Formats: sequence, structure tokens, C-alpha cells
Amino acid sequence: MARLNTPAMLKINDLTVGYGAITAVKGLTLEVREGEIVSLIGSNGAGKSTTLRTVSGLLKPKSGNIEFLGEKIDGIAGHEIVAKGICHSPEGRRIFPKMTVDENLDLGAYLRKDAAAVKETRDHVLQLFPRLQERINQKAGTMSGGEQQMLAVGRALMGNPKLLILDEPSMGLAPVLVDLIFETIEEIRKSGVTILLVEQNALAALRIADYAYVLESGHLKLEGDGSKLADDPAIAQAYLGG
Amino acid sequence: MTSVASGVARKKKVTPSAILMRASMIMIIGVAVYWLGLNLTSDPRQFAQVTVNGLNNGLLYALIALGYTLVYGIIELINFAHGDLFMLGAVFSFAVLTEALGATGPSATNYALLLVVLLLSMLFCAFINVSIERLAYRRLRNAPRLAPLITAVGMSFVLQWIGLKWIGSNPVNVNTVLPSSDFEVAGVVIAVKTLIIFAVTIPLLIVLAFIVNKTRRGRAMRATAQDKDASRLMGIDVNQTITFTFAIAGAAAGAAGLMWAQTTGTVAYNLGFQLGLVAFTAAVLGGVGNLYGAVLGGIIIGLIQSYNDGLAIGPGQRWSQTMVFTLLILLMVYRPGGLLGETAQEKV
Ligand SMILES: Nc1ncnc2c1ncn2[C@@H]1O[C@H](COP(=O)(O)OP(=O)(O)OP(=O)(O)O)[C@@H](O)[C@H]1O
Ligand SMILES: [Mg+2]
Repeated sequence: MARLNTPAMLKINDLTVGYGAITAVKGLTLEVREGEIVSLIGSNGAGKSTTLRTVSGLLKPKSGNIEFLGEKIDGIAGHEIVAKGICHSPEGRRIFPKMTVDENLDLGAYLRKDAAAVKETRDHVLQLFPRLQERINQKAGTMSGGEQQMLAVGRALMGNPKLLILDEPSMGLAPVLVDLIFETIEEIRKSGVTILLVEQNALAALRIADYAYVLESGHLKLEGDGSKLADDPAIAQAYLGG
Repeated sequence: MTSVASGVARKKKVTPSAILMRASMIMIIGVAVYWLGLNLTSDPRQFAQVTVNGLNNGLLYALIALGYTLVYGIIELINFAHGDLFMLGAVFSFAVLTEALGATGPSATNYALLLVVLLLSMLFCAFINVSIERLAYRRLRNAPRLAPLITAVGMSFVLQWIGLKWIGSNPVNVNTVLPSSDFEVAGVVIAVKTLIIFAVTIPLLIVLAFIVNKTRRGRAMRATAQDKDASRLMGIDVNQTITFTFAIAGAAAGAAGLMWAQTTGTVAYNLGFQLGLVAFTAAVLGGVGNLYGAVLGGIIIGLIQSYNDGLAIGPGQRWSQTMVFTLLILLMVYRPGGLLGETAQEKV
């Protein structure tokens, strides 16, 4: 697939982020356009999660800036970024283990006031993940890994995001479930949500993406249309284990 | 799939030491039940009397223990200053109600004043607790665990020092507003003060439980307690939620302080040390971090002290603290997480 001709939703410009003395992301520039699926791939420790966490305001950039719908969002606290329409399903799921599935979903809609609209989103989420409906009153921490992953994605959707950030949604899942997650991601995009995706499963992430960026030790290595990168033998060798 | 969902159903091997643990636990429980049963049958009226007294103190312990548990639950800090906050609540209520307002005996106006000062005392302690968090603990949130802990100990001394400057080093008598009258139910003497403690603490505990379990704020508190970054991703203002937690923990200590001053008729600058230790023990006993555990722990300690001190057949008052801490140690051996605390395996 190729880049859409829509206006930019998220713009990351010359972003540098670090932890103390370590610099994890160096001078990264990327763009996500409205309605797109954009994938960010790279090997372990490349700085993918760091980038996503910075967009969501969990980390402060050392330099560079981030714009969302034309508004500067770097330096804003995490909870305020959610209010602007960015929801993030983090690496490692990070569901609330001692709460029920129900409560986890409610927390996803924490900032939303319109009960009827929340109910609508909730129906939509439960339709995407019928398994969650079956387990609605179960403590989230006792669910299987796959179920927890569905909950993490469903919870992020509950915030009715304009931009959905997914950090390794297929991590640790059986192949059938991986396929299901990727199908669901496409379904979510069809419902009008823009998606920024990070995946270990690079080939699938490239195939599904309109546009993709490849990170290598904090630097932008390559960028291009998802399908083009997926068919690039050099990429296949370096990142797809091919 | 079901095997995963139903949790880790690994069978434990029955080792000799496990059998020994079981047997010794059953024996200890047996002795305790026998002791209580013996007293109950030999003098049921006395037993009921002692139970009422135990509940009286236990509910106050519960209010203080809540503060430890709420704060621990949300930032995993044992707030050593909490007992002293309770002391400042007692001192504040004495200074305002008894000294400034001159409410020193039972009367309709004084009851109204008592309620007003109860609110003020709660606000006062909430304010101090929030300030401590803002000024000290917040800056240390990403520091190694020991740093905030030592800071809490330091805060405890600061608050004690404030109490010392405020009322001096000797215990001060409080002319209480509460009537000293009592009445009898089936031979059991119940002080009106005790009833008032019930009437104030029980609704407060219910309101607190309601806030934590049923409100949006409470849900944010529980989420923040489990995972701060994930909470931020939900749009929860984590700092504000922590502030709110310190506020309600402080308010509970303020209420306990006033009730203590008014029911025991005495305040002292070092009150926080003794009571803080007891309440902290209550929180640990119940499972630190667990709201109901703190209440249960407080009531159990109140009852144990009372049974120990007041029952005809028993060790007597000298052994009061020994009994409480023996119980704590035993419980820690058999249930390290506390009565209602989670077992280690659930920790994710
Ligand atoms: N909290 C932290 N403190 C210090 N260094 C960190 C921290 N988190 C990440 N790093 C470092 O920053 C670099 C980038 O990490 P990041 O988590 O962004 O990688 P990633 O691309 O998401 O990798 P993975 O595919 O393994 O999830 C790594 O070298 C990592 O060791
Ligand atoms: Mg990562």
C-alpha cells in the first residue's frame, strides 16, 4: 500500500529522547497522515517504544518537537495528550491486573463524559473482541496473554482515539491470534481511526502499513511505502529474518 | 484456555515442614479459641463489656490504619509521619475546640461546635498531609526506595516537634464535650462516648470505602496504585490522584485525632508514636494496601488489647503490647501478606 494523500495528523520533527546519559532516539522525523496505518519497525532496542512513549507524554524529548493536528504536544503531561485524542496500547499490555475486564474498559474511557457515546464505543469494542464479553467480570490479571492483549487494545479504543498507538500488539500470541490482531487492526482503521503501529512481526506490519519507517539504534534508517519495504530484499535480510 | 483462566492450579507438595506449619497454626488458633471460650462461658457479661471497649479503640485504630494503607497502596511508601499527623489532629482539635472556642462540657451548642471542629480538623490534617507529599515525597518519587522512607521518618520528627512547641512536653487534659454518662444493655455498660465513636467512625469508614470503590476518583486511585504509566495513558492525572489520596488519608487521621482527644480526655506530643505504631501494625496485620484489611486489623488489635487487659482469665495489661506483636509475628509467619493482603504469587 502507498501513502495516503490526506493531511498530516502526527508530525515528529528531529526528535531526540534519552534516559539519563543514554540517547535512545536521535533526530527522528516522521509523519502519520489521517486515515493511515503507519508502521515503525526495527530490532530490539532500536528506540521504537521510546518514540511512542514520547508521543504519549510519558517521556520528555531532549530536543525536537511533536505536533498533533497542528498543535504542539511535546512537553504536555501524558493525561492531557489523551484528551487530545491519542490513545496508546503500551508494550507489555499494562492492563490493570486486579481490576475486572469491565473496569479496565471503563478506565479506557476515563476522560469521556458522554455516557451514551461511551456505551456505543463499548459495544463496538466488544463486537471486535467477543472474548472480552465472555470474560467481562473476570479479573484482568487472570486472563490468558492473548485475552489480555485484546483487552489492552480494546481499552485504548474505549478512549475513542483519533490516533491509536499500538506497541507490539501481537507479542507472545499464537499465530492464529496474531492473524486475528492484524485483521482487527485493519478493521479499526476502516472505522476511521488512524494507527501508528510498532511490531516485531515486521513483515506483517509492513504489509498492512500504508507507510513505514525503519529505526536502527535510534536513527531513522529507511522509510517508504509499506508494500515496497515488504518486498525489498535488503529489508527482508536485515529485519525480517529472511 | 480454561486451565490458564482458572489460574495456576499447581499442586503443592505436602512436605513435613508444611504439615508442621499447619499443625502449629491449628494449635495456636485452638489455644486462642479456648481462651476466649473459657472467658465467654465463665462471664458472658464481662466478655461483652470488654468486646465493646475493644471495638471502641479498634475503630479509632482503623481510621489511622487507613491512612497508612491508602498511602502505601498508592506510592508504596510507609508514611512514618502518619501517626504524628494523627497527633497533630488531636492537638489541633484541643487548641480550637477546647481552648479557642471554650467548648468544655456537654451542651447542644458544643455538640454543634464539635461537628464543625471535626470538619476543620479533617481539613487541617488533609492540608498538612498534602503539603508533606508536595514538598517532600513527590520530589523523591523516582529516587531509591530508602530515600522517601528516611524522609518520612524525618517528617515524623518535624511533626512531633510542632506538637511539642504547640502544647509542651507534658500530656494535657482535655475537658471533653462528650457526656460521661453511660447506659446499660443487658448488663453491659455502654458509654455514650463509645456510641459517638461508632456514630462517627463507622460512617466515615463507609464513605471512604465508597469513595475508593465506587467513584471515578476512587477508580483512578486504584488504577494509579497498580500502574502509574498505564494510568497516565488512560488520561488520569496521577499527581492529582496522589494528592487526593494524601488528602483523604489526612482527613481520616484528623477525625481520629479529634475523637481520641475527646474520648480519652488527654493529648500529648508523642501520642503519634504509640498510636502510629499500633495503627501501622493494624495495617500490616490486615494486609497493607488493602482498605478493608486496615479496618479489620484495627478492630482485631483493639479487641486483642481489650481482651488481654480486661478478661478475668488472661495475661493482664502488662502484656498488652506483647500480645499484639506476638499476634503480628505469628500472622506474618503464616500469612506474610496479611489477613486480606494478596499472596506473593499474584504480584505481577
Ligand atoms: N527506562 C529506561 N532506562 C534506561 N534505558 C532505557 C529505558 N527504557 C529503554 N531504554 C533503552 O533505550 C533504548 C531503546 O529502548 P526501546 O524500549 O525504545 O526499544 P524498542 O525499539 O522498543 O525495543 P523492543 O523491540 O525490544 O521493544 C534501549 O537501548 C533501551 O535499553
Ligand atoms: Mg519496545
